[in-house]
Amino acid sequence: MNTKINLAGIEMKNPVTVASGTFGYGREFSQFFDLSKLGGIITKGTSLKPKSGNKPPRVCETSSGMLNSIGLQNPGVEYFAQNDLPFLKKFDTAIIVNACGSSVDEYVELCKILNTLDIDGVELNLSCPNVKEGCMAFGNTYEGVKEVTSQVRKVLDKPLIVKLTPNVTDIVSIAKAVEDAGADGVSLINTLLGMKIDIDKRKPALANKTGGLSGPAIKPVAVRMVYQVAKAVNVPILGMGGIVNGEDAIEFMLAGATAVSIGAGNFIDPYTSIKTIEGIEEYMKKYNVNDINEIIGDVP
Amino acid sequence: MPKQIFAKLVNKEQLTKDIYKFSVEAGEIVKLSKPGNFIEIRVTDQVEPFLRRPISIYNLNEEEGILEFIFQVKGKGTKILSKKEIGDKIDIIGPLGFGTFKFDGNKKIAIIGGGIGVFPLQELAKQAKKSNIEVDTYLGFRNKEYVVLEKEFKEVSDKLIITTDDGSYGEKGFAINFLEDELKNNNYDCIYACGPLPMLRAVQKMSVDKKIECQISLEEKMACGLGVCLGCAVKTSRSTKEAPEYWHVCKGGPVFNARDVEI
Repeated sequence: MNTKINLAGIEMKNPVTVASGTFGYGREFSQFFDLSKLGGIITKGTSLKPKSGNKPPRVCETSSGMLNSIGLQNPGVEYFAQNDLPFLKKFDTAIIVNACGSSVDEYVELCKILNTLDIDGVELNLSCPNVKEGCMAFGNTYEGVKEVTSQVRKVLDKPLIVKLTPNVTDIVSIAKAVEDAGADGVSLINTLLGMKIDIDKRKPALANKTGGLSGPAIKPVAVRMVYQVAKAVNVPILGMGGIVNGEDAIEFMLAGATAVSIGAGNFIDPYTSIKTIEGIEEYMKKYNVNDINEIIGDVP
Repeated sequence: MPKQIFAKLVNKEQLTKDIYKFSVEAGEIVKLSKPGNFIEIRVTDQVEPFLRRPISIYNLNEEEGILEFIFQVKGKGTKILSKKEIGDKIDIIGPLGFGTFKFDGNKKIAIIGGGIGVFPLQELAKQAKKSNIEVDTYLGFRNKEYVVLEKEFKEVSDKLIITTDDGSYGEKGFAINFLEDELKNNNYDCIYACGPLPMLRAVQKMSVDKKIECQISLEEKMACGLGVCLGCAVKTSRSTKEAPEYWHVCKGGPVFNARDVEI
């Protein structure tokens, strides 16, 4: 039984990764299981300089999911390279750095540094809904996505995956922009922009008023987008949005994802990613699938 | 280092109308826990309600490996939890939080709690007492109906003052007013506080003004409880308007030195 896949030039022992912002830089989860079991780790969104993040409250629960407005709090790429990367390198798993910036120049500067580090690839974050500048501001137009991606492509030799926002009218055209600009893969979906109101206080539940919706509540939207993009582009897809078990992961792969990420599912059970790997293997046994690659996009 | 366990509920007690005390078999977590630590409970194996519930540890019984926690039914998660029956297994991660109550070297301390904030203070009082520290405890409740754990705190305090906002039980007024009165003629090596924000702010200000060490236990909406999601942010007192700095209740806390945080 083969569970190995190749995502945009990155070899992985299985298709299960953990999504940016839901796994930190791995330390906390390494207390629960051996990180080498994962296909890959997508790091917390990392920027050129440290970012302090948004005012609390930053998270709240919603129906079968949650809203967050963290604001990309992170220690910056220099700190990551010195303190977190050496820790992550102790494990036999693909390390993909989620890169975020507030201008084209910043993305380029950051990726120049990332190009020199011992990492397996970069996930370009053009989709965080919780910061005023950059990210989603680039990610929601064809031109914006194409410009950042092609500028980064010039300085980055490593596999480049671009993470897309679902908060657009036509996800297919955005994915095509990524492909046209020379990226090796696309990652979708980031969180859906949402809001919750505290009816007792008559105030938004989050200090930032709006936030990104994640969890099983968004899964059908994510599956639909992966399916549409898979039919339209030739680059591989890292699929995510509400995956909490093997069955969910299989659904994304059938829709066309080469690999998947566990996001908010990591918060409800530290072993969600491991259980997802086991669930995929169970499905393969049940349906006599010898190679996981056989099921990618295997729906009409 | 936190563990995930499926802890058997061995005793369940309704303390007052919507407040429950649960005792669970959690030897592994008990061994690792310190006063001030908390646990995260998943009340269902489904995805609704989605997140775990952070709940403070009330009492640790190391000999029997029993962990006790007390919670108020506030929403759908705690409602489901309150319906668990003796013998049920409860999905718990703990102990959580690196910031715990520190009392080594102190001779005389004041503990002040308000409402459901009194629960994490029992284990602190118990362990401090065991270390021969003199413990004065000030607990404030809304009214008579909400007064809980008087007997339990009496056992671990040299002096216990109970207040109610409306005077329906104990002294009338806020617990902090009685602590303030005591400070006119007396001193404490440290004040430990947990409770509603207005109370914590008042205790923080008082401790800074009177230059008394003070440790406060904070609460903030959180998702993972492990220091990963960075949801439960609390502003540090080093913050400036241009450069805010945040720590996290689940990792740096839940107990902070009152001087270090802006609440």
